Amino acid sequence: MGLLSKKDAKLITDPLFDDNPVTIQVLGICSALAITAELEASIVMAIAVLFVLGIGNVVISLMRNIIPSKIRIIVQLVVVAALVIIVDLVLKAFAYELSKTLSVFVGLIITNCIIMGRFEAFALANKPWQSFLDGIGNAAGYGLILIIVGFFRELLGAGTLLGFPVLGNPIPGELSGVYKYGYENNGFMLLAPMALITLGIIIWVQRSRNKALIEDH
Amino acid sequence: MEKRTDKNSYTILFAIGMVIIVGSILALAASGFKDRINENKRIEKQLNILYAMGVNENEGSNMSFVSKDKVGDYFSKYITKQLIIQGDNTTEDDKAYLIDLKKEHSLSKTANHQRRLPLLIGEKEGEIFYIAPIRGKGLWDAIWAYVAMDKNMVVQGAFFDHKGETAGLGANINQRFFMDDFIGEHLLDASGNFKGIAISKSNADPKNTDKNDNEVDAIAGATITGNGVSAMIKSELRLYLPYFKKLKN
Repeated sequence: MGLLSKKDAKLITDPLFDDNPVTIQVLGICSALAITAELEASIVMAIAVLFVLGIGNVVISLMRNIIPSKIRIIVQLVVVAALVIIVDLVLKAFAYELSKTLSVFVGLIITNCIIMGRFEAFALANKPWQSFLDGIGNAAGYGLILIIVGFFRELLGAGTLLGFPVLGNPIPGELSGVYKYGYENNGFMLLAPMALITLGIIIWVQRSRNKALIEDH
Repeated sequence: MEKRTDKNSYTILFAIGMVIIVGSILALAASGFKDRINENKRIEKQLNILYAMGVNENEGSNMSFVSKDKVGDYFSKYITKQLIIQGDNTTEDDKAYLIDLKKEHSLSKTANHQRRLPLLIGEKEGEIFYIAPIRGKGLWDAIWAYVAMDKNMVVQGAFFDHKGETAGLGANINQRFFMDDFIGEHLLDASGNFKGIAISKSNADPKNTDKNDNEVDAIAGATITGNGVSAMIKSELRLYLPYFKKLKN
């Protein structure tokens, strides 16, 4: 990578796989379970977090030398809440349809532990540029898992992807595609417990491919 | 040596400063965008009302409102009358569609207040539509709808929306596969009593061919949102029954 030094590049690539915030650090699980019933919602959430974490990390990093350590968590919360509210207001004023799609996620973004986690663990001790890369990397790692989970849940649960029926028509009497051969959608995939199991399978696959990730107990 | 930022006085000053700065930024942003946001909400209401009475650009299974530039013209063209029903009185008011249902609902709990019910009358290709805006509770937050009926309280079209139902489950009440099921459903039973339309998990009629059963097919995984829709229709649309009875006589 010509643009980034090796160390900077690692800030982006590490959280994608070997230090993934969801599967390795087990952060941000709540939103990963709540909104992954559809691929589209997963993608929207991934982009929203990318935006908030990228900017939030820079803001916190710029303020790192003036934030009193006793109330740093509160300061971080205020920064992320203010950022999210401003973004929400701007969208409501200039991109109303988009803001309607996002409305559910606003609360989930503020409470996403990955954001607080990166503010606390990285942005408070590093320069703005590195913090920005770290934010982008972690948000991308989070988004990647969300999109994988959303893909399987929507495909197996509803037989669609991004709303398009990819497996055929499941309505009795008009059966087509795989439904003709007796296949049925698994409605259970649309519920939160199956998101946890899907996530578990991802973690299993990841750790079986890289034994170094398995913790000693 | 104690760092400057560890001092109590610094901490308190920082906190106060932060609250003032962030507070004023947010207040400024909120008041600066207020007019635009309200305007967007007004346009959205008009789009939804027109959608319910069939003035939309749906093609095949796609769902599409009329374009935003035309919505004002269409609204004045298709909506012929706006009524506010308060007890036995019916008054015309061209801002009836802007009535805050949430406020009316909480006001109706206080004594001596008779709830104001907005009802819009639209005409399209000779057909008359009676459109009632209603509001209820879903799983997480508010849900609302615009239901277009004919004079026999048979649903001619409906638009549902929600504030924060679960994405992929309850949030799907604003999708066509759910809303279109309501078209042709009766709100009254065979003997003319109000029955509402229940969101049913067991009606064994997924294609919704039986329009007289007062039931539409539920969304899997969205039981509570579905119950909320049933309850909203039952309690809110019932209030319009006296008006429709008067209409018949």
